[in-house]
Amino acid sequence: MSAAPQQNSRRALLGVGVAAAAGLVLAPGVRLIELAQARAAGELASGQVRWGMLIDANRCATGCTACVDACVNENGLNSAIDLRQRPQWIRKVELKQVGTGRTATVPVMCQHCAEPPCVDVCPTGASFKRADGIVLVDRHSCIGCRYCMMACPYKARSFVHETLTQQKAEVPRGKGCVEGCTLCVHRIDRGQGPACVQACAESENGAMVFGDLNDPGSQIAQRLRVQASAALRADLGLEPAVRYQGV
Amino acid sequence: MNALCQQRATLSRIVSGLGLLLFAALLAVTARAQEAGRTPKPTIIIESQQHCIAPPERMRREHPDMLRHQRVRTVHLGERGSKVSLNACIECHADRQSGSVIGSDHAFCQGCHSYAAVHIDCFDCHQPSIRPSAPRLTLGAMP
Amino acid sequence: MNAPLRTRNERHLFWLLVAAGSLVIAAALAAALAMEEHGHSITGMSNQIVWGTPHIFAIFLIVAASGVLNVASVGSVFGKPIYKARAPLSGLLSLAMLAGGLAVLMLDLGRPERLVVAATHFNFHSIFALNVFLYSGMFAVVAVYLWMLMEARMNPYAKPLGLAALAWRFVLTTGTGSIFGFLVARQAYQSALLAPMFIVLSLGWGLAVFLIVQSVIYAWNGLQLPPAVQTRMVRLLGVFIATGLYFVVVYHMTNLYWARQGAFERFLLLDGPVFPWLFWSGYVVLGAIVPMAISFSPLPRGPLAAVAASTFVLLGAFAQLYVFIIGGQAFPLDIFPGYVAKSTFWDGTVDTYAPSLPELTLGVGGLGIAFLITAVGVRVLRFVPQDDFGAHAVSHAAQE
Repeated sequence: MSAAPQQNSRRALLGVGVAAAAGLVLAPGVRLIELAQARAAGELASGQVRWGMLIDANRCATGCTACVDACVNENGLNSAIDLRQRPQWIRKVELKQVGTGRTATVPVMCQHCAEPPCVDVCPTGASFKRADGIVLVDRHSCIGCRYCMMACPYKARSFVHETLTQQKAEVPRGKGCVEGCTLCVHRIDRGQGPACVQACAESENGAMVFGDLNDPGSQIAQRLRVQASAALRADLGLEPAVRYQGV
Repeated sequence: MNALCQQRATLSRIVSGLGLLLFAALLAVTARAQEAGRTPKPTIIIESQQHCIAPPERMRREHPDMLRHQRVRTVHLGERGSKVSLNACIECHADRQSGSVIGSDHAFCQGCHSYAAVHIDCFDCHQPSIRPSAPRLTLGAMP
Repeated sequence: MNAPLRTRNERHLFWLLVAAGSLVIAAALAAALAMEEHGHSITGMSNQIVWGTPHIFAIFLIVAASGVLNVASVGSVFGKPIYKARAPLSGLLSLAMLAGGLAVLMLDLGRPERLVVAATHFNFHSIFALNVFLYSGMFAVVAVYLWMLMEARMNPYAKPLGLAALAWRFVLTTGTGSIFGFLVARQAYQSALLAPMFIVLSLGWGLAVFLIVQSVIYAWNGLQLPPAVQTRMVRLLGVFIATGLYFVVVYHMTNLYWARQGAFERFLLLDGPVFPWLFWSGYVVLGAIVPMAISFSPLPRGPLAAVAASTFVLLGAFAQLYVFIIGGQAFPLDIFPGYVAKSTFWDGTVDTYAPSLPELTLGVGGLGIAFLITAVGVRVLRFVPQDDFGAHAVSHAAQE
């Protein structure tokens, strides 16, 4: 704010240059241009947009935890307590089909349903769905009753069992509240995609695609229109924003 | 019966009178104390040269409502970049040495809150330090 | 006269009981404080088993609180004179147990200091939010009902209030059962049967608590319940337990019929850790068959039969709730039907749970609250059933 005007314009130029370069070097299939531009100050989340993800189990590699590590890093999920009680916003699930023996592996996180059971059951309205489809916990209202954890079919939510001190500034989280994948809402609001998707792209597997489901021209919408995909527990009718291929 | 009632009435008048006198005396004493500078005041250190988003008198009175109003807009409506931002407060007001707005009674938030004995809920979840890798200071003698 | 002449020993014993109850409550508060200070990491709960031992006690107390009011309902609404005399005690027990259960529930929250938020922000899609009104309203309804019962000139209003209390507690217990019944994704809970099941369970557990408390009060005061009354109440207990068992059987039979529920039922009833044992020995045998045998046996039964049958019912209740609440959560969610899953987050893996000391202390504290309220209430106000048996007058100490 106190910098001279000349320095400001130089910074702006550098910023544009970096963005352009990033758009070039990221793995094919993940183009920064796909994502919405950072919202202007004061602009509200729009109901025209619905953020979603597509996960391709055929490209997801066994033993790779790039998405999990990126999430832990981005959101400050360092915890040393019992694994049973440790928060996990995204986890890799190893699958083996009964009968055929076919194996697969996929990451599972909050599915950001269109009809979220967690939002229905929250007594204070702390669990809510933002206009652009992201399901979040408002920790100002959360009383820590864990009813949303009981209601979620995907076990997406975690409870903070310990006092936290090393929170990231953009990701406030605290003891006694329930939390889950935010689709990196703090990154989306500045025009980036979730950290897990970026890490997957950088890991050369490129199993995760992120974008606006409501935009027929977006890469994710085009793929979903052409290739078969499925929602987890589709029988529940929750219409998740995360869809899977290969399971 | 009459005499007893009268006695009781007189007694209650005396007690009320004493009470009023005591109250007046207290007022006088506290007023004198403030004038004489004997009342402790919070000693927070504000190192930033820039202006805050509103004058100090308004900030002191209205910052809880500002934060409460803005947090609904940020969390539920997705509004970013508002001039009311807890992170912006912290970046500007964090102590130069500790990098935090709590941890000592000279720290920006804790100083006044400790003085006024108002518990701060924010930093159970929000990071109070601009250097998160630094060892986290506790709220200390917070009520 | 509230009670026969009190001996010094009796007074000392009363204060000793009050002290014991207060100690239990103090321990529970200390446990709650520790949980709030250090977080739930000091408990046995996890991200899989999110509701633990405190919820077992809380749900027992809340359900039994609703059921114990049935004694008063049978008196006020159906006009049975024997039950009418017992209505005030039933109302007191209802309030006491509701207070105990709610206290445990609120102290187990991740952020109990946010109770004001829970009381001012409501999402009415949530049965929890509706329950805030149902539970607090229950306090008000029962309090007014008690007033109608215990003040002679208000007695004409006891029937409409009794009807209101009956309707209220049916809605309330339906709400309690629906907490679980509305959980679409849980194999243990997704069932409309749970709401009526909870109502029937409440009747059995409530009557069991009432019989125990009544027997203790009578023994304390040197009174004796006429055998006819005793028999009728114990037999009613048997009927409630039988109906409860019927619901449990139907529930499991239906689950067993569905192939997709097979693994879960197998886990719960056959080879899970601890749960099959608790279900069969704890609930079915001790909690249902034995009390029913005592209730329906043609042999003459004294007050001991009532206490014995009721105690077994309550043991069975805790076993059943442990299986229902913990067992229902220990079994992993079926996110990928047709696949065997494995992850770091206990996908496809049964979570092991052991009640921790803070949880047990907190839960027992709820019982302590109910006990203290009842003990003091019975001492101070006229809650002891005022029977008018005429020719069947009991020991001279009870004569007014």
